[in-house]
Amino acid sequence: MYFIKKILTLFLLISGISVWAQIGVPQNGVVDNFEGITAFIKCTLIKDPQTKIINATLIIQNGKITAVGSNITIPKGAKIIDLNGKWIYSSFIDLWSEYGVSKAQHKQNERGPQFLSSKRGAWYWNEAIHPELRASEGFAVQKEEAKSMRDLGFGIALSHQQNGIARGTGLIVALGDDSEQKMILNSSFGNYFSFNKGTSNQDYPSSLMGSIALLRQFYYDAKWAMVAKSNEINLSLKEYNINNSMPHFFESGDVQDLFRADKIGDEFGIQYTIKGSGDEYQFIDEVKRSNAHIMLPLNFPEAFDVEDPLDARLISLTELKHWEMAPFNPVILYNKGIEFSMTLGGMKKRDKFWSNLYKSIGNGLPEEYALKALTTNPAKVLKMESLCGTLDVGKFANFIITDGNVFKEGSSILENWVLGKQNINVDWQSANYSGKYKLAFGDSSYTININGKPWQPKAELQPKTKGEIKLSLKNGFISYQLTLKNGKYSTGTGYKSANNITLISTDSLGNPITLLAIYAGPEDGIKDSVKKKNEVLIPRYSMPWQYNMPSNQSYLIANATVWTCGNDGKLENTDVLIKDGKISAVGKSLVNSGGVKIDGTGMHLTPGIIDEHSHIAISKGVNEGTQSITSEVRIEDVVNAKDVNIYRQVAGGVTTSHLLHGSANAIGGQTALIKLKYGEASEKLKFPNDHRFIKFALGENVKQSNWGDYNTVRFPQTRMGVEQVFQDGFTRAKAYGELKKTPGYRTDLELEALLEILNAKRFITCHSYVQSEINMLMHLADSLGFKVNTFTHILEGYKVADKMKKHGVAASTFSDWWGYKYEVVDAIPYNPGIMQKVGILTGINSDDAEMGRRLNQEAAKAIMYSGVAEIDALNMVTINPAKMLHIDNKVGRISIGMDADLVLWDGQPLSNYSKPQTTWIDGKIYFDRQEDLKKRLDISKERQRIIDDMIKAKKKGEATRKAGKTIEPEYHCED
Amino acid sequence: MKKIIIGIILISNFAKAQVPAPSAIEKSPVWILAGALHIGNGKVYTNASLRFDKGIITAIDTSHAVKDFPDHIIVLAKHVYAGLIAPNTTVGLNEVDAIRSTRDYHEVGQNNANVRSLIAYNTDSKVIPTLRSNGILLAQITPSGGFISGNSSVVQMDAWNWEDAAIKVDDAMHINWPRMTLQYSWNGESSEADKGQIDKAINAMSEIFSNAKSYCNGGNLEVNLKLESFRGIFNGKKKVFVHADGAREIISSVQFMQRYGITPVIVGGNESHLVTKFLRENKIAVVLIRTHNLPSLPEDDIDLPYKMPKILQDSGVLYCLADVSAWQQRNLCFEAGTSVAYGLTTEQALMAVTKNTAEILGISNKYGTLEVGKSATLIVSDGDILDMKSSKVTRAWIDGRPIDLDNTQKQLNRKFNSKYFKE
Repeated sequence: MYFIKKILTLFLLISGISVWAQIGVPQNGVVDNFEGITAFIKCTLIKDPQTKIINATLIIQNGKITAVGSNITIPKGAKIIDLNGKWIYSSFIDLWSEYGVSKAQHKQNERGPQFLSSKRGAWYWNEAIHPELRASEGFAVQKEEAKSMRDLGFGIALSHQQNGIARGTGLIVALGDDSEQKMILNSSFGNYFSFNKGTSNQDYPSSLMGSIALLRQFYYDAKWAMVAKSNEINLSLKEYNINNSMPHFFESGDVQDLFRADKIGDEFGIQYTIKGSGDEYQFIDEVKRSNAHIMLPLNFPEAFDVEDPLDARLISLTELKHWEMAPFNPVILYNKGIEFSMTLGGMKKRDKFWSNLYKSIGNGLPEEYALKALTTNPAKVLKMESLCGTLDVGKFANFIITDGNVFKEGSSILENWVLGKQNINVDWQSANYSGKYKLAFGDSSYTININGKPWQPKAELQPKTKGEIKLSLKNGFISYQLTLKNGKYSTGTGYKSANNITLISTDSLGNPITLLAIYAGPEDGIKDSVKKKNEVLIPRYSMPWQYNMPSNQSYLIANATVWTCGNDGKLENTDVLIKDGKISAVGKSLVNSGGVKIDGTGMHLTPGIIDEHSHIAISKGVNEGTQSITSEVRIEDVVNAKDVNIYRQVAGGVTTSHLLHGSANAIGGQTALIKLKYGEASEKLKFPNDHRFIKFALGENVKQSNWGDYNTVRFPQTRMGVEQVFQDGFTRAKAYGELKKTPGYRTDLELEALLEILNAKRFITCHSYVQSEINMLMHLADSLGFKVNTFTHILEGYKVADKMKKHGVAASTFSDWWGYKYEVVDAIPYNPGIMQKVGILTGINSDDAEMGRRLNQEAAKAIMYSGVAEIDALNMVTINPAKMLHIDNKVGRISIGMDADLVLWDGQPLSNYSKPQTTWIDGKIYFDRQEDLKKRLDISKERQRIIDDMIKAKKKGEATRKAGKTIEPEYHCED
Repeated sequence: MKKIIIGIILISNFAKAQVPAPSAIEKSPVWILAGALHIGNGKVYTNASLRFDKGIITAIDTSHAVKDFPDHIIVLAKHVYAGLIAPNTTVGLNEVDAIRSTRDYHEVGQNNANVRSLIAYNTDSKVIPTLRSNGILLAQITPSGGFISGNSSVVQMDAWNWEDAAIKVDDAMHINWPRMTLQYSWNGESSEADKGQIDKAINAMSEIFSNAKSYCNGGNLEVNLKLESFRGIFNGKKKVFVHADGAREIISSVQFMQRYGITPVIVGGNESHLVTKFLRENKIAVVLIRTHNLPSLPEDDIDLPYKMPKILQDSGVLYCLADVSAWQQRNLCFEAGTSVAYGLTTEQALMAVTKNTAEILGISNKYGTLEVGKSATLIVSDGDILDMKSSKVTRAWIDGRPIDLDNTQKQLNRKFNSKYFKE
């Protein structure tokens, strides 16, 4: 459909040349729409980013370029515009615009949940998914907005309604003032997406991972709608399937969102064109790997006002560094070979566009690429290379006239022609007042020097000590204000007469008087402060606490007390050899040729701690608690590699964390297992394991007991209902499993995950408190033929330990939390001890970013309260959670062939007098106390360097914003 | 001969799940023979002994020789410490966080200068015995919320009712200093509320204090309950505890109070490391809240909260440790322990939960150290109480009364042990 449309347009355009223009709209009066032929001569013409023609001629007719080159015969009857010294460029194309499109309206939010879309009709069930929206239907020319974009050099925009997750189609428009019928170049172009649900008041999705799941489900639904003979009509899917061959555009919120979006695209064979956010430099390799064309807003942050050190300390190094890095982001993308175009969309201050572009060029972005990013690149994205982007014959007469190289600071855009229609940006053809003039005023004579651009004259008295004069130009007249040091002054207007200026003023009685400023020669020009072009070094970026340790180093830890957490128990005076990321030897008097030797005398070496229940490193929402079953959402979609808590925890000896969905609903999301390799991108943090997990939850959170008075509607509100949610989910999953054996089924991400549980491909870790519900879930699992893998929290596990043992479920609990809600009043710190003694695989977890960094202490509480043996206590945070997570063949023990995830402690590892000295993950050091102390100094120095630069920037008069602390969310189950 | 009682089983295995009854004073003098007698002022005597009688410590003997007193109760102990003190807690005001009907610590309104925590203190809270069994015998029961939260009282934790419990009534008024720095949410929006709100809040505080000052000078016929409660403040009988974390807030609040002749105590003190000189020179004590905490800024030293006690110790600032809420208080001793890993000596860490706390709360004449003439409020442990791998509190006395260290959690432990492991 789209293809046909395009051919049709092409045909019409080509055949349209020199044909009398028909008018489709009734006209009042005599028709007068002569356009004729226009010839621009003697200009420097940048035909395309590679081709510059000196003394060129450009001829346009009927909105098209009919001839271009250096040796062109001017047709008879052509209007000739002499552009002596001026430059012509193809005008710019903005791919990310909301120009002319109606904006979505926020609706009144009603109290209590909204489960379904409020849009009536046979549409998609979710209000944030509206692919049926056609931006063209709400399009109207907005003259002021068009002018402000033209003034910056733009001639064409791709516009869409920036609202929702599936936003519908956009349209391509020319930025002229003519009728909508003429300005729309393509009424339907592009499919638009984002992770932001916009004005939708529907509860789902409430988290980033929910948005991702919803979008994936939508694509599956659309695929299904194409082939399936369903007895249901869905107009949204139908509309999307009509448009889906058009390019897909995505708005990312930050660089991590960018590759999250790309991953979705990969799943469905879609290559998104992605709107960037200016922080791509942070994960440039991942951005490159996405292969996405980036639409880049030139948003460079203002410096913070950091003169007060108490304020300055509130700004994170990442924020400080972003101020420094953002202006280098375009050149970093360029150097990496990432294709991008530049857009005004998402710019907080549009008037910064040019200064930021100059800055980017000054930082190394080649002018030629800047032009590409504004013309040919976007033209390619629009699939309109044959119509715009360069100044070739047959293309739109869309160009700008400038008074020099447009990428040199100080040049101006004089005119911006859209589809062959002139738009004047500045009054550059009016009288030129530049020059030196003598003016007799009162008893004296004064010299006035007028310079600057003719349309922006600047005037001064010479010498300046005599006073000052201000000028402004309007409609060929100047108005002036002359103020002399002797107290006299004169104001009035003036006009050019021959070389001189005639000034009309009034005397003190109000009588008109005329003064003559007599031309006395050419003006003194504005002194250019000659900027030396220094070689600009692109600053380096790494995460604040990131080390640059070698990854293939071998280490010998000699003569330590080794807690193997395996059959060998605790070994005194033992050596451990780390090679190629693995533990390659454990024994006495080992030799490490070429590697690093660490004296472990008096120290203790343990396996890295494994936190079975953590919520660190998660972006934008830990709960998709808006429905009782959300098994379709995945924490691994939203792992946040930038979280500083990754580093803080590795400093506490944690090497593997199981990141869980929260506990706001009965069946929460799929979990993510990560290694705490701080400094790596999220995909590289992921633990390569075959067995996947999912979070379930029981009790007060699930039934919304503590959610306030407006949340009493969602099923279930009692423990009775919770059982039925599971029963219902698994009953549907079973039926779905049967349906999958037949062709033409609809992929249901929610039921897929539940089916995996039934097929022992996915395992449950279930948030649980009281014995009745624990017992219930085990009964339910037995009746459906699967096992509950782990009960997490499991604070009343001690009451049903015998039943748990029989079911074969593991327990991952807090050491001593209680008292925070009714279902934990019977929680006791003796719980892990009892469960372990009964024979349940028992672990201690954190559920808390702070507690996660001293889980060794939490394990030690089992010694205190229950007299658990020291080695058994340590096992509760190492090998036991490894077993629960089915990764005990890789981590959790010190023995040959295991991953070298190790912690060297300066004392007995269960004592709170001890702390980690060094932590290895896959044989690489991610924490080391000495390195950390050095890092503190480096960070402090680096911070101060940028803070000083910000203070300098403020002194130079740059705008600043107030310094303040940015609050990062910190998640627990309950959030 | 000697009547040596090593351990008395005070509780039966089949006790009902309830809070143990307060006990009567020991009828005979008690001699404790300690492997390590932690005086609480930095000194530890090994193989020493302590005698108390009628609730008062009557002798400390650095030898281990027990005089032959036939009428004495002799207790063998590995470690002996002064009872731990939990400042700034809602224990007894708060039973279950999520249940509104059990929350009695946060009154409505900004100025609750007249509100008193003591009368809401529930001696039958099931939380209290869980703190006692980890060695906490005294607590400052503290309200929260608003500009002025109300008045705390110091209690001992083995009582029939709040009257019995009180050892220092209305010890301090608690004030929350307004935050003076700007905050941005994660999406970059600044908190508009900051603009102008700070001055407004401080002006409001000024008005309250100047009114209070003139009211307390007398001459007013009209009774004002809020201003009435300031009486002790200007003559030093009642302390002012200012809850403030930032350096700016600390300096601003201290200077504010000094204008009224008040030397406040700072509670919170997240950024006290930035103003140690100011704190020392102005003789300001700090109650550090929850050192088991994350650094508040991403590039703060990763162990900043853990080493804050050491920083204050080295700077000569008087400080003590506190935890939050009610049930978490039982980990107070372990937070002290963690500070040992980050530089304090064990005895300094101990002082941060005993002697220093007593001084800051103004009860050091009786509590906080084991010295002759002070109250026999002490605990006996089989191991180092600062380290969870060894802490095991076996005996405790408050004012010479032996404390039942049982609690509902221990009862549940016994109940279910008897289910699985019949002996």
